[in-house]
Amino acid sequence: MNGKFPKISPMGERAVLVEFEPEISQEVLEKVLFYKDKISLLYHEVKLEVINTYNSLLIKYISSIEDLYGEILTIKTLFQEDAVSRYSKARLYQLPVCYSKKFGLDLQLISEEKKMETQEIIRLHSNTIFTVYFIGFLPGFLYLGGLPEELYIPRKNEPRLAIEKGAVGIGEKQTGIYPQSSPGGWQIIGNCPVPFFDKNKLPPCEISAGDKVKFYPVSEEEFEQISEDISNGNFKLKSEKYDG
Amino acid sequence: MMGEIEVLQPGLYSSIQDLGRAGFQKYGIPQGGAMDIYAAKTANLVLRNKAKDAVLEITQMGPKLKFTQAAKIAISGADLSPVVGGKTVAQNTVVKINSGETLSFGRRKSGCRAYLAVQGGFKTEKIFESRSWYNGISSFSKLEKGMRLKFEVNDTEKAETFAGVKPFSGYITANHIEVYPGPEYDALTDAQKLLLEKTEYGISKDNNRMAIQLLEPLVNELDAIITGPVLPGTVQLTPSGKMIVLMKDAQTTGGYPRILQLSENGMNTIAQKVMGERFSFKILHYKEDR
Repeated sequence: MNGKFPKISPMGERAVLVEFEPEISQEVLEKVLFYKDKISLLYHEVKLEVINTYNSLLIKYISSIEDLYGEILTIKTLFQEDAVSRYSKARLYQLPVCYSKKFGLDLQLISEEKKMETQEIIRLHSNTIFTVYFIGFLPGFLYLGGLPEELYIPRKNEPRLAIEKGAVGIGEKQTGIYPQSSPGGWQIIGNCPVPFFDKNKLPPCEISAGDKVKFYPVSEEEFEQISEDISNGNFKLKSEKYDG
Repeated sequence: MMGEIEVLQPGLYSSIQDLGRAGFQKYGIPQGGAMDIYAAKTANLVLRNKAKDAVLEITQMGPKLKFTQAAKIAISGADLSPVVGGKTVAQNTVVKINSGETLSFGRRKSGCRAYLAVQGGFKTEKIFESRSWYNGISSFSKLEKGMRLKFEVNDTEKAETFAGVKPFSGYITANHIEVYPGPEYDALTDAQKLLLEKTEYGISKDNNRMAIQLLEPLVNELDAIITGPVLPGTVQLTPSGKMIVLMKDAQTTGGYPRILQLSENGMNTIAQKVMGERFSFKILHYKEDR
């Protein structure tokens, strides 16, 4: 373990922040999730919450930490053990996306900008296995990494005031799906009819950090059919164990 | 038995809040809960409610509420001149309301947010272990005319109350806000750190349950960070120098440098400030025990 990382420091009176190397990579994520599991396991009796982002863990305590430095020492000992891959826990989810003109509001623009056929954009986007790094921003908003470099595109200068629920977008090096209607600055290329955040379910989101996502293109007719199946309760989200 | 409060006029912005949602940030769900936790807990304590019972958070201009059942209430936090049956209601005291009586509010005398607790607690919709209203999670996000809020009616004669609660109120008008250094505090220059301590900051018009923006900028050349965790009370610094104090309904992650982290007391105090009010930061350092 490199001397500078992980960096463990308090964040206010009831949270401890653990930071790993500042990079967006599968390798750092594996480490983050390994220790996240370990901390969650150690503290399962105490009421607290461990959340992760690309390279950080935030340990939130329900009440103030009385012995802050004692707590940080305890956490430090956890990092003596080297992280091992936790691929065995990951699942691969197949999600339908309709990339038609109706939903792919910015496809034409990206096509012109990149001098690339829209079919090629769709092929690249739907042929990639994305990694779920974490859920943030909005309830159920998955941060998906692994976008092919050819599809990197800056956010819009002026964010849209209302992006449709299910909209699939690209922002810089990331892609994601808007789980609810919201303002947003990402470039919109399609729409996914599958709601994967349900406030009436526990957990509300089946997909979690470390899982994989692959999109498959569907026509507008298929999109309508899937939407109907979902409202009738006849749609089953496709997922399988992922072994890398 | 359930009682009901009918909303005759909604006022500026009121919402049902409790201590918030713990354990759901990993799904991108904000923590939520009362902006001034101390005042919310005090109102409940006066009535011998549980600390986690839901209360009505009332911002600046209060609603007009009709009680369909007799109830005992307590109001803490900001003084928004509450009135029942033509009589002014004292803060932090048990007040009996008869069936059919109306509670209304008048001029704002101090603070920004008042908390109305009802004995037995509001029994509105519970979702993810909390009754706190948040757009997209709860069915409602703010009080609207015609709404009916359910509360539990206890045997009010038997239930004892703490008539003698004497809560602190100095924090409401305090002109300093306690903060700890945030994760990117050390990326600031010594001059910038000094400015943070010496500058008097004002509350801008952009202030709500998600965030409070400050008027005075802090010129900086800090790089963006890789999107990382944020908390209520995190102070973000944008490239244009804007300082954003994240509050209870803030998003769960962010990419701006996190220069400060408000203490619990600091959160309660800033929640009681209105647009234009001024304060300075009091930087606390973590107790080093080495």
